[in-house]
Amino acid sequence: MANVLLEMRQIDKIFPGVRALSKVDFTLRAGEIHSLMGENGAGKSTLVKVLTGVYGRDGGTILLDGKETTPRTTKEAQECGISTVYQEVNLCSNLTVAENIFIGRQPKKHGFIDWTTMNKRAAELLQRLSVRIDVTKTLDHYPVAVQQMIAIARAVDVSARILILDEPTSSLDEQETQKLFTIIRQLKKQGMGIIFISHFLDQVYELCDRITVLRNGKLIGAYDVDKLPKFELIAKMVGKSLSDVQDFEKREEKSQPSEEMFLEASHIGCTGSLVDMDVAIHKGEVIGFAGLLGSGRTETAELLFGIHEITHGAITVNGKKMHIKEPMAAMKQKIAFCPEDRKSSGIIEDLSVRENIILAMQAKDGMFRHIPYKEQVKITDDCIKLLNIKVSSREQLIRNLSGGNQQKVIIARWLATQPELLILDEPTRGIDVGTKSEIQKMAITLAKKRGMCVIFISSEMDEMVRTCTKLIVLRDRRKVAELENEDISSENVMRAIAGGEG
Amino acid sequence: MEKLKQFTSSSLFLPIVALAVLLIFNAVFVDGFLHIQLTEDGRLYGRLIDILNRSSSLVILSLGMTFVIATSGIDISVGAVVAISAAVVCTFIGGRGDGIPEHPMVLAMLAAVGAGVVCGIWNGLLVAKFKIQAVVATLILMTAGRGIAQLMTEGQIITVYYKPFSYISGTIPGNILPTTIFIAAAMVLLVVFLMKKTSIGLFVQSVGINPTASRFSGINVTLVIFLVYAFSGLCAGVSGLIESSLIRAADANNAGLNMEMDAILAVALGGTLLSGGKFYIGGSVIGAITIQTLTTTMYALGVSADQLPVVKAIAVIAICLIQSKRCQEIFDKWKARHMQPDNPEEKAVNKA
Repeated sequence: MANVLLEMRQIDKIFPGVRALSKVDFTLRAGEIHSLMGENGAGKSTLVKVLTGVYGRDGGTILLDGKETTPRTTKEAQECGISTVYQEVNLCSNLTVAENIFIGRQPKKHGFIDWTTMNKRAAELLQRLSVRIDVTKTLDHYPVAVQQMIAIARAVDVSARILILDEPTSSLDEQETQKLFTIIRQLKKQGMGIIFISHFLDQVYELCDRITVLRNGKLIGAYDVDKLPKFELIAKMVGKSLSDVQDFEKREEKSQPSEEMFLEASHIGCTGSLVDMDVAIHKGEVIGFAGLLGSGRTETAELLFGIHEITHGAITVNGKKMHIKEPMAAMKQKIAFCPEDRKSSGIIEDLSVRENIILAMQAKDGMFRHIPYKEQVKITDDCIKLLNIKVSSREQLIRNLSGGNQQKVIIARWLATQPELLILDEPTRGIDVGTKSEIQKMAITLAKKRGMCVIFISSEMDEMVRTCTKLIVLRDRRKVAELENEDISSENVMRAIAGGEG
Repeated sequence: MEKLKQFTSSSLFLPIVALAVLLIFNAVFVDGFLHIQLTEDGRLYGRLIDILNRSSSLVILSLGMTFVIATSGIDISVGAVVAISAAVVCTFIGGRGDGIPEHPMVLAMLAAVGAGVVCGIWNGLLVAKFKIQAVVATLILMTAGRGIAQLMTEGQIITVYYKPFSYISGTIPGNILPTTIFIAAAMVLLVVFLMKKTSIGLFVQSVGINPTASRFSGINVTLVIFLVYAFSGLCAGVSGLIESSLIRAADANNAGLNMEMDAILAVALGGTLLSGGKFYIGGSVIGAITIQTLTTTMYALGVSADQLPVVKAIAVIAICLIQSKRCQEIFDKWKARHMQPDNPEEKAVNKA
C-alpha cells in the first residue's frame, strides 16, 4: 500500500444552526484517485473547503505527510501543495491562456513580467497534459473543455501533491471526459493524490480507486471501488435500503403521446447557432434532444423559447404560424423553458423561494396586475408540496438551497404558469441521484396526467432513454436522426451521433 | 422581545440608529432643537420642521435614485435635471416685476416635471436601449444639462415675483406645515403604492440581481431599466420645482448643484448596495433626512459653510463604517454571544 499523503481526523464544522460536518475522517494516499461521494448537502464541498482553507474548522486535525497543518487561506493551502479545480471554471476569459496559468505568480525579470518565459513555460505545461494550443490567445477562444484543462494545468503547476477536482466533467462531453481521464491517470502515476468529486457514478467507477461516502455531514465509510457494487453505493449515499434504490432505477411507464399536434417547427435555424432542425411535438409527448455539447440541442430550445430569433424556417403552434422573437411571445403560447445554466440564467439568487416561483407568472400577468400576497403564498406552498422542495421556509433565499432544490424551484416557476410545453435543458446536471430520479419521473407524470409536452435535453444517455418516447439526435448543429419507441437505446443514439445510419 | 430581535435584524435598523444618534446628539448639544412653536400666522416653526422641509427635495431625488441603483445602474444627471426643471418653471412663469405670470403656474409646473421626465427618458433610452454604461450615459446630461438650462434662461438668473410660486417651498396660507413636506410625502406614498400594488419592485430587484435569468423568466428587462430612469427624471423634475421656489429664481449654475452625490449617498446610507439588487425605499428616505440633519446640525453648531464638507465627510465615514459588512459581522457575533435579552439595541447605540 502506498504511503499516506493526507489524513483528516475527526473534522467538525458548524454553521449557524447546522452541523455541516461531524467527526469526519478522510485518508488520501499518494498515487490514488479517491472519490468523495454523497448527495447534495452531504458535506463533500464543506470537507474540501475545510481542506483548502476556505473555511476554518471547528474541530479535528489535518495531517499532511504526518505533519499537522492548518491552512487558513487558499493560498496557504496551495503552498502546502493542495490545489483545487472547481466545478465552474474560474479563469478570466479576457486574459491569455498563459496569463491565466500564471496569474498571481508571473515569472519576473528586473521587476517586470517576463513574457517570453511565461509563454514558454505555459506551453510546456500544457504539452505535458497533451493539450496543444496557442497560449498567447485569450481564453475565450477555446471551448469549455480546453478551459478545464487549462484550469488543471494551473492547479498542477503550483507543485501540487494533492489535486482536488470538483465536478470537473459536468460540462464536458464523452470524448473530452476521456481526455481528461487520461491526464488524471498520468498525474496519478506521478504519485499525486487526487480527490475526485462527481455525480456521474460510471465515471467514478471507471476512474477511482477508493470511495469515501458522506451523508448528512457524517462519514458512512471508505471503500475500495471493486468491493462496492453500484447499488450498494447509492444505498449508502441516500441512506435507504437496497430494495428502495432498485426502485429508483425502475422505469416509470412511459407516456403515450396523443395524436394532437402542439408545436411543429420545420427547417428552423439561426445563423451561427443552428443549421437545420425539424421537430413535431404532440400533446403528452416526452421528446429528447440528444447530441454532444454544441450540437444544437440547447440552441434549438432557445429558438423555440425566443431567446434568439429564427433566421429561417417556421414555427407553428396549435396549427397557427407563430413568430417567436422574445421569451414573452413563447410564454404566451404556453411554452416554458428551464435553462441549462441554473446559476447564470435560472435563479435570481438574492430573492426568496416565493419570489422566484411567482416571477414568471407575474411577468406573464404584467407588472400592474400584481398577484396578491396571499395568492403568492398559496401558489408557492402548492409547488413546494407538489415537487417536494426542501426549504426551511418559503421566504428562504434561493441561494441557500442545494442545487437540486434550486432546480425544482425553477421548474416550479414554470409549472405555475400552466405551460403546455415544458423545455427542460439539463435539468439533472449536478444534482443527486434521488432528486434526479424524481425529476425524470416528474417529466413523465406531467406528460401523462396533464397532457403536457416535455422536451428533455440531457448529456446522460441513460436518463434520456429512460424518459423519452421520441429522441431527436443532433450533430454539428443539424438533425441527423429520429428514434422512436423500441429504437431508443444508448447504442442507437451513440451510433447516430457518431455518424452511422441511425 | 421577539419584536425587538426582528427589528434589530431588519434592514432599517442601522439607518434608523444612525439618524437617532444624530438626533440625540442634537437634542443634547443644540439649544431648543426639539422645540416646535406656533407662529402668529398659524405655522409650525422649529428646527425639526426645518430639517424635514429642507430635506424633502433630497428625499424625492433619492426615491428615483433608489430604483436606478437597484437595477445596478446610476444616474448622475439628476442635479443637472433639477436645474433644467427650475429653468423651465421660471421661464414659463416669467420674471415680470409686477408679479403677473406669463403662463398659469400649474402649466409651468407640469412643463417642468415634464422636462424632467423627458430627460429621464433620454437617459433611459441610452442605458436600456443602446446599452451604454449608466455612468457614461448620464454623464452626458450631467455636463450638458446646465448648458441647456442656461440656454433656456438666456444666461440670466430669472427671478420670479409671482407670489404663489414661493408657496411651493414655503407654506400655503392657512396651512401649518411647509408644502414641501406634503410634496415629499405624496411622492413617498406614490412609491409605496407602486411597491404594494404593482410588481415593479420585484422586477427591479430581479433585473438588478440577474438580468439574464430575468429575461429568461419573461421580464422585459429593457423596459424595466428604461422606466427606472424615466422615474428618476420625474423625481428630479419635482425636486427642481422645490429648489427653484426656495430662491424664487432659476439659477442654472447652482440649482441642484452636487445633489446627485447627496442622493447617491442617501441611497447608500439607506442600506441599498450600489451593486444593485435588494433595495430599501424607507432606508433611502431616512438616509436623505440624515444628510440634511447633519447639515442643519453643523450650521447650528456654527460650522461655516466652507468647512461643512469636511465635517460632513467625517460623519458619513462613521455612518458607512457602522453599516459595513465587517462591522455587522462583529455585531452579529456579539449578538450571538449575548443571546440573553439584555437590550441589544441600547448597546448598539452606544457603539454607534
